[in-house]
Amino acid sequence: MATSKVEGSSSLRHAFGGVLSVFILLLIGVVAFSIRLFSVIKYESVIHEFDPYFNYRVTQFLSKNGIYDFWNWFDDRTWYPLGRVIGGTVYPGLTLTAGTMWKLANSLNIPLSVETVCVFTAPIFSAFAAWATYLLTKEVKGPGAGITAAAILAMVPSYISRSVAGSYDNEAVAIFALIFTFYLYIKTLNTGSLFYATLNSLAYFYMVCSWGGYTFIINLIPMHVLLCIVTGRYSSRLYIAYAPLVVLGTLLAALVPVVGFNAVMTSEHFGSFLVFIIIHVVALVYYIKGILTPRLFKVATTLVLTVGIAVCAVVVAILVALVASSPTKGWSGRSLSLLDPTYASKYIPIIASVSEHQPPTWPSYFMDINVLAFLVPAGIVACFLPLSDASSFAVLYLVTSVYFSGVMVRLMLVLAPAACIMSGIALSEAFGVLTRSMKFHITKYFECSHTEAPAKLGESTSTESSAPLENMTKSDTTEKPEVARKEKVARRKQKKEKELTENAHVKPVSAKKEKRPLVLPLEASIVSVFLLIVLGGLYVLHCVWAAAEAYSAPSIVLTSHSHDGLHVFDDFREAYAWLRHNTEVDDKVASWWDYGYQTTAMANRTVIVDNNTWNNTHIATVGTAMSSPEKAAWEIFNSLDVKYVLVVFGGLVGYPSDDINKFLWMVRIGGGVFPHIKEADYLKDGQYRVDAQATHTMLNCLMYKLSYYRFVETDGKGFDRVRRYEIGKKHFKLTHFEEVFTTHHWMVRIYKLKPQKNRIRGKSRKSKLGSKSTSSKSGGMTHKNPWN
Amino acid sequence: MECRLPFSLVVFCLVILSSTVRSELVISSVEKFVDLHSHIVRVVSFLKVENQGPYDVSEFVLAFPDAQAKNLATMLVIYLEEGKIIYSEFPTSSTKPKSKQSNMTFYPVTLPKKLEKGKTAGLDVYVVLTNLLKPLPKEITQAESQLLVYTDNIYYTSPYHIRNQSIVFRLPGRIESYSEYSEMRLVESELRYGPFEEQPPFSYSPVVVHFENNNSFAVASNFVQEIEISHWGNVQVTEQYTIIHGGAHLKNGFSRIDYQANPSMSGASSFRTLVARLPPMSHSVYYRDEIGNISTSHLRGDSQGTQLEMELRFPMFGGWKISFSIGYSLPLHDFLFESDAGNNVLNITFGSSIEEIVVENQIVRVVLPQGSKDISVKSRFPTKKSQELKYSHLDIVGRPVVVLEKDNVVPEHKRYFQVYIYYKFNNIFLLGKAMMLILGIFLLFLMCILYMHADLALSKTSSWEEETEGRK
Repeated sequence: MATSKVEGSSSLRHAFGGVLSVFILLLIGVVAFSIRLFSVIKYESVIHEFDPYFNYRVTQFLSKNGIYDFWNWFDDRTWYPLGRVIGGTVYPGLTLTAGTMWKLANSLNIPLSVETVCVFTAPIFSAFAAWATYLLTKEVKGPGAGITAAAILAMVPSYISRSVAGSYDNEAVAIFALIFTFYLYIKTLNTGSLFYATLNSLAYFYMVCSWGGYTFIINLIPMHVLLCIVTGRYSSRLYIAYAPLVVLGTLLAALVPVVGFNAVMTSEHFGSFLVFIIIHVVALVYYIKGILTPRLFKVATTLVLTVGIAVCAVVVAILVALVASSPTKGWSGRSLSLLDPTYASKYIPIIASVSEHQPPTWPSYFMDINVLAFLVPAGIVACFLPLSDASSFAVLYLVTSVYFSGVMVRLMLVLAPAACIMSGIALSEAFGVLTRSMKFHITKYFECSHTEAPAKLGESTSTESSAPLENMTKSDTTEKPEVARKEKVARRKQKKEKELTENAHVKPVSAKKEKRPLVLPLEASIVSVFLLIVLGGLYVLHCVWAAAEAYSAPSIVLTSHSHDGLHVFDDFREAYAWLRHNTEVDDKVASWWDYGYQTTAMANRTVIVDNNTWNNTHIATVGTAMSSPEKAAWEIFNSLDVKYVLVVFGGLVGYPSDDINKFLWMVRIGGGVFPHIKEADYLKDGQYRVDAQATHTMLNCLMYKLSYYRFVETDGKGFDRVRRYEIGKKHFKLTHFEEVFTTHHWMVRIYKLKPQKNRIRGKSRKSKLGSKSTSSKSGGMTHKNPWN
Repeated sequence: MECRLPFSLVVFCLVILSSTVRSELVISSVEKFVDLHSHIVRVVSFLKVENQGPYDVSEFVLAFPDAQAKNLATMLVIYLEEGKIIYSEFPTSSTKPKSKQSNMTFYPVTLPKKLEKGKTAGLDVYVVLTNLLKPLPKEITQAESQLLVYTDNIYYTSPYHIRNQSIVFRLPGRIESYSEYSEMRLVESELRYGPFEEQPPFSYSPVVVHFENNNSFAVASNFVQEIEISHWGNVQVTEQYTIIHGGAHLKNGFSRIDYQANPSMSGASSFRTLVARLPPMSHSVYYRDEIGNISTSHLRGDSQGTQLEMELRFPMFGGWKISFSIGYSLPLHDFLFESDAGNNVLNITFGSSIEEIVVENQIVRVVLPQGSKDISVKSRFPTKKSQELKYSHLDIVGRPVVVLEKDNVVPEHKRYFQVYIYYKFNNIFLLGKAMMLILGIFLLFLMCILYMHADLALSKTSSWEEETEGRK
């Protein structure tokens, strides 16, 4: 009687709690979406930065030409004259997602442009990611922690930085895919359901489609499986969670053109197969252990071990030999630079040159995850009380992502969900303990005033939760004899805890609480709750500030606040619009690779190199041309059929990320392939400068000349506002290039190659012959064209 | 000047052929003013016509050389009697004279009442011509001014005998050179030839004016205007422009330092802003192109109208091209009226909202609400008309779109030409979409409820469920 009453009231509470949590989640989704709209409100609904422009262009192509043309798309507008097979070299998840959303909207006659869909893809998927975080954390530590984690993730600055409206990049959907894959893995692990295992493979497939970061999943999950096996937590559920993922997931991954056979051939995936073998061996061992008597099992173990070790040794030796035979040990450059942080700067300057591939600084941790950095340790502690498969996964995820974020600032993004989950758990646990203590004190106060048995209350937290609790433990004990194996009981106990938290809808700690009641003084808990709320408030303030001020700038439009109001620098689009309308459709535009994607997308002109840095030699050619004297540069560009050269120059308005500041990378990358370009020639006493003390080579290279051509006429002195000094060489003329366009604030300057003059044959031949052995000691005398 | 010989030959033939037919009318005096201030040539001729023949005359013929007729954007003829306007007309139908070698186009004007024998009437002819100003030299550098050449007949081209005539060119600035005639006078920026007495029909003698004109030479090669009517009370107008600087092409590239250091000297022929006059009560104005907003614009509004001052992405030099679109919303009640027959009458103004622009090809797409019927279009000038369907905003049957197309549109079209579109629309259709949404959401919830209550499991005794149930 009593139990049914309690159950009735608890089911009502359950229903109410369900509706409430659905409502909260809905609001979290709204927050996640709307906090990312600052960029649209403060600036405009426009695609941001560099890579998103490429994705946008691909999506446009997809929506216009359909999926089959997309797979076969050979893009002749980029990497001239090589071209690029877009369909086979791009992670199609993002574009397919946005393309599908666009198609769906249009089939319902909702007139959305492709651009609008692309701009809002990231915020939409952030809401999805928040919900996925809820699911994942719910599997780890119950719904309370789930909701807290979802709320934290909805506004974590690190994730906002990559998913504001307009930042239409792979990460936008990949983070959702990542979290959702993890959720399904944990769900499978908790339920042992093959249904979820299949879904997990599909989610993994979506992740593979979306982002190269999928290797993180396919390494993290095997690590966790291995951890479980090593700590003696092997179960059939673990097997179901892992084996189908590897088989199905690898098959599906191989369907993605950009991955293809890499899914079985590169070392990034090797770990998963090794663990796949191990889990089978372990499964076999457990099976045999089940059917044999302990004595026979011992014999069998020794027998198998001797044979097995021999076989394993041979196999490992072969594998090691195979892997070692490849120069990069079968790893791709980017993965290798993750394992060895110094790798890129030593061998691949092009990876090192990207600012987001640099290691982060401490302030950037505070900027990106803010108070989460302090809450994470508490979350880890909470994960160990008690340690389950799911919580061990969460800890493992956190630890690995902390490492990766320490290597590349870009991977802070992977850390963010882990940090959010941990902080969600920590906060929820803390609130659980504190509110329970408060509740305990308050009920005790009331009970005392009613002079009813207070002793009984001391044992359990509340009358409502204690009844089902006892009920549960009882049923558990009656079940015990049925279960044969010990560890299954352990699992079930754990599972039951989970069940319990869900069924009785109490705070997740309450089950644990029964064993070890933790009651804090009333005053302390009130103060702590207050402090936690303040902490959360600070976090929200920081997130809103970060979203509004730090991460919303589209980087193609710059603004500055001066005394006479807002000033807009729209030079990039001015230049791209000019190129688009006032040059021939087939003209080739050379610029440093940073602007390649934007030029193809916004100006619709063929570029030589772009942000997909797949061909180092080609980029080095452009770098060489930029760092060569005018005539040699003209020859290089002319051999590439270039008509216009575009440089970005910030010296007039003080825009720091201009080509002069990037120039040393051009020299390095160019010099890496064409040794006559030497970095030392451009440095004066190891210092990079363009003032009067700069080297002759520096002051005569094309980049210097194109940037500072007639710059001195602006103020008569040639004061560069980025470098904060007067430039070295002020008055010079261009002989092989002519200025055709400069934007309003001089941020983009476009030059045209002058047509070839009639020249004496002998002279040009001589310069070519001489180029073979030129060394650029005397600067400016290099005439080497890498294409000859 | 090189065309003088064949042209005069033709004229000679024409004189012989047509003078006999129309000799009863005589133009007693004509004064022609040619306004060359912008790239649109506006010619106003004040004629006094006298009937000397034995019969009453009901038709007057205006003649234009083909070179002008081809570029004739619009023409307004005002008929005056004793100094009062009694009639005005936009002649649109042209005929070719029967002669084989003719390079003339005739525009017959029907007089409102017959011109009686011996009487005199006044006719004002207002002609707007485009594409007649040719830059010379064809390419200039940034520092140079743009010079244009205009060629015309010094005599009024007419199939009638003219007793007294003169021609006046109104010029925007400095004159480089001009044809020398004995009867001529140059006062400031006004160049007057005449008076010339007693000229036979189709007299021809060329006059060439070479002058400086740095006014913005904006030519919209393509202009698509979409007017979307919503009976909820809104008209959404979207205008897409492709604009070319039609003047002398820029030579030797564009130098920003010269342009910024001395704006008055450098780039005089370029233009940086365009001004659009939007109808009063315009709101939600935007100005953007295919790569995003163009953040440099000013909007001023008053009861007379809204003025949108658009700064282009880059200053336009000769031969440069740019494209952009502007959009705005208007209250519906200013444009939609109800006719007696229960029809809705939509009154739209043809032409571009940008000032002083020549539109080479204009397409107006009027999107009527879904469910409109019996659509008819009335306009005072010929346009290519067609109809199509457009699907937007959850449409099911699509919205009928009236497409009007016209070449060579000038600002005068906006001033004088209205297009009336008649259609029938039942306001009950307004509720259709709301009902559709309500139904859709209702069905969604219904499906959810059904799904929550349905048990789709094949067997209830899967191992895991057994465990959970066993515990209860």
